[in-house]
Amino acid sequence: MKSKMPGTLPECEMEAPENSRRNFLKQSALITAVALTPAVATKAADMHVDEKIAEAFEKLPIKFEVNGVQQSLSVEPRATLLDILREQLDLTGTKKGCDYGQCGACTVHVDGHRVNSCLTLGVMVNGKKVTTIEGLAKGEELHPMQEAFLKHDGFQCGYCTPGQIMSAVACIREGHANSETEIREFMSGNICRCGAYPNIVNAIQEVKEGGHAV
Amino acid sequence: MEKITLDKGAPEGLSRVDGRMKVTGRAKYSAEYKVAGVTYGVLAGSTITSGSIKTIDTKKAENAPGVLAVITYLNAPKIPGYQTETPAAKGALKIFYDDKIFFNGQPVALVIADTFERALFAASLVKVTYNATTFQTNLKSNLSTGVSPHNGPDYLRGSGDAYKNAPVKVEQEYLIPTEVHNPMELHAIIASWDADDKVSVYDKTQGIKSTQRSIAQAFKLPQENVHVMSPFVGGAFGAALRTWPHEIAAVLAAKVVKKPVKLVLSRADMFTSVGYRPHTWQKIGLGATADGKLTGITHEASGQTSVYEDFTEGVVNISQLMYACPNVNTKYRLVSLNVNTPTPMRGPGEATGAFALESAMDELSYALNIDPIELRMRNYAETDPQTGKPYSSKFLNDAYKIGADAIGWSKRNAKPGTVKENGWLAGYGMAAGMFGAYRGSATVVARLLADGTLHIETAVTDIGPGTGTAMTTIASEVMGISSDKVNFKLGDSTMPPSPTQGGSSVTATVGSAVSDACTQLKEKLKELNGNSESASAGYAQILQQHNLPQLEVTVTSKGGPELGKYAMYSWSVHFMKVLVHPVTGVVKIQQGLSVADAGHIVSPKTARSQMIGGSIMGAGMALMEEAVIDHRYGRLMNNNFADYHVPVQADIPQIEALFVNKPDPYLNPMGAKGMGEIATIGVAAALANAVYNATGKRVRDLPITPDKLV
Ligand code: FES
Ligand code: FES
Repeated sequence: MKSKMPGTLPECEMEAPENSRRNFLKQSALITAVALTPAVATKAADMHVDEKIAEAFEKLPIKFEVNGVQQSLSVEPRATLLDILREQLDLTGTKKGCDYGQCGACTVHVDGHRVNSCLTLGVMVNGKKVTTIEGLAKGEELHPMQEAFLKHDGFQCGYCTPGQIMSAVACIREGHANSETEIREFMSGNICRCGAYPNIVNAIQEVKEGGHAV
Repeated sequence: MEKITLDKGAPEGLSRVDGRMKVTGRAKYSAEYKVAGVTYGVLAGSTITSGSIKTIDTKKAENAPGVLAVITYLNAPKIPGYQTETPAAKGALKIFYDDKIFFNGQPVALVIADTFERALFAASLVKVTYNATTFQTNLKSNLSTGVSPHNGPDYLRGSGDAYKNAPVKVEQEYLIPTEVHNPMELHAIIASWDADDKVSVYDKTQGIKSTQRSIAQAFKLPQENVHVMSPFVGGAFGAALRTWPHEIAAVLAAKVVKKPVKLVLSRADMFTSVGYRPHTWQKIGLGATADGKLTGITHEASGQTSVYEDFTEGVVNISQLMYACPNVNTKYRLVSLNVNTPTPMRGPGEATGAFALESAMDELSYALNIDPIELRMRNYAETDPQTGKPYSSKFLNDAYKIGADAIGWSKRNAKPGTVKENGWLAGYGMAAGMFGAYRGSATVVARLLADGTLHIETAVTDIGPGTGTAMTTIASEVMGISSDKVNFKLGDSTMPPSPTQGGSSVTATVGSAVSDACTQLKEKLKELNGNSESASAGYAQILQQHNLPQLEVTVTSKGGPELGKYAMYSWSVHFMKVLVHPVTGVVKIQQGLSVADAGHIVSPKTARSQMIGGSIMGAGMALMEEAVIDHRYGRLMNNNFADYHVPVQADIPQIEALFVNKPDPYLNPMGAKGMGEIATIGVAAALANAVYNATGKRVRDLPITPDKLV
């Protein structure tokens, strides 16, 4: 099966609810309520005026802080935090590996806790503080976890790495880094296909044992 | 129970030169470039497995908000490269070419919209009806339909099926399921047409130049009019070795909507669009004398391919090459099924073949009551058994010793199922691997600037092993300058040509070119300096004295004909200690160790990680990975990370990698041999052998899941 929302098939007969609502909006907003002459209505349709009106109804304003910067956006309710970060804010350090909460590549901190940003709708972070990998270092000074990943070669291709690092920091903060076994358990939501697991454990242990503030 | 290593000293060697980019999130992968006016493509796939498209209704999708186009075979502009006068019987899938459906999930439409969400939604509105025909997706029930992929006879050395007359013999069948590369980065491309005959792509690929050629060929453009950029690749393992239909589709779509198009495959797409290690049946016959000399090896294999394209790999080659045995015959067949085409996956063919051969060798060792390492040493090939040529280098015997000592092989109890540790059954296993050591041709440009910094460029990619780091190390060693003075750039088709990253050949090939270029630079500096050797600290001075802003050389390097005199291989041996729960059948790897004879180790820190990573990929192959098709519908049932299991942290202990680290005297100036494949080849057998040693149960069909052990 190709990309599509879970449970829907291309031949699915069900009328998508959003579409019906949109049709309603089109009819009420444009044709009925504004009562345009046919010619004007056609022109309006050509210019996708109905779209623009519908769009305004369908987007929600959100305000949240990302890496210390206040953001005010207008987002569709279905847009995930992951896609908002990557596509709207150009914060591409947060990665998409599955979009289903199964790989951890998209891990960010929301109010200090690790979450999968692909399972978090943008509207859910209204009023919250989000930290991504881009916000972990203090300027050019790397976070101890970033340093430890470099030192222990806790990555290869680097694609899972931002998620691993965000998870690793949270793992220590949560008090779940007290042994190798515990680290492995609490880091198991972050897949690394390159297989950097042992090096990642070593990096986390070094940061934990070094007593660094995370 | 677990060994806690408190010493967290860093592994020795240069840290990754692009590491800072990767840990700060600044490394940009293909989908992550900001391109003005970018639009988003989402594919819709076939829901039948074989047949043809009857109707496609795209009206709803086209009318959905933000949609710019819905491309199907009905309206797709003709792709010039697809139009051949005499259509080949079999070949690469031509996307949106006609109404034919060969496999479930085959793309039938591409929706382009102004946002990803809108494209994704609209893709669900494409309505397709089909004329479904009968199909075959089951390898096991179609084995009899296998055909020989080449016209030549099957391989025979000495007499065929000689094992049958041996005093001691093993004859068994082995099965591996389909295994999917699943790099963490989803395949992605951003395509933009800069002019009617000029296109740029940020594309996930292992081969910059090969992608440039493929796109140029498909759209009949001059090669230099296709600009391919791929500076960071988030893993690939073979899945980005070729240019896939979705890449062609994105380039086509950008032409249709006259805007840049970003197409990122979904994780589900990754199972049906970019290849996999094919489901393969094998049979091995081994015959030996009572003192453990092999007298015959027979190896048969049948692997699946698609109905539209043949994919072959060297599954049985390892049995022709691994051991000194006078009588060897092998047979390889392809079974065409209604599935997408496989593609090489790390240790292609050999990893599959080694699972069977090295499991069978283990079975033979128990039948003979000879230690598995000893059995391998009694059949150690001192020259290439296939050609009789001497090896350029082979230190596999050293690797056996190093590994056996490090893992504590002497603690292994030869009687299976007898050792218990804390209520778990414990066992040791080992297996060997080999892969050809290649050296191709690469061109680099090396520029020494008057400030003493060295800049090297070539159009290679780095899918993770640390190519940039290895090349920087080579340059800094040859020039005698510190590595922070070296700037190695890759990943752009405007750079001098380099080979595709695959087949464990980049360090040998590109490294040689870097080494040669640096040697030439040094020569030039020496000439400038009145033919006296200059200290590296003086390079900048020499340039300044001669008023030169820079000194540049462009060097193409490839192996000479003398390489033909040798058989060239990298070798590995993998050791595993497992614990198996006697009631639940859960297998835990307690210790893992891989030893490689990969020549001189150029970049020890990244090489160690590459070996460990390969071993973990082998652990996935052995213990959990299996793409499952529901043969009633011909559809994958587990095309996601929740249902298709890959190793996670909790599955993996402190696996270690060691190197013989003796240079190969012939292959290249560094004495390096490849390593990416041998890191995985043999691992699955080592684990199966360890499970047998622990439990007395021999699992011959992967993965070794608990149900097979209780
Ligand atoms: S992308 Fe969010 S968990 Fe995989
Ligand atoms: S570093 Fe490549 S997936 Fe983890």
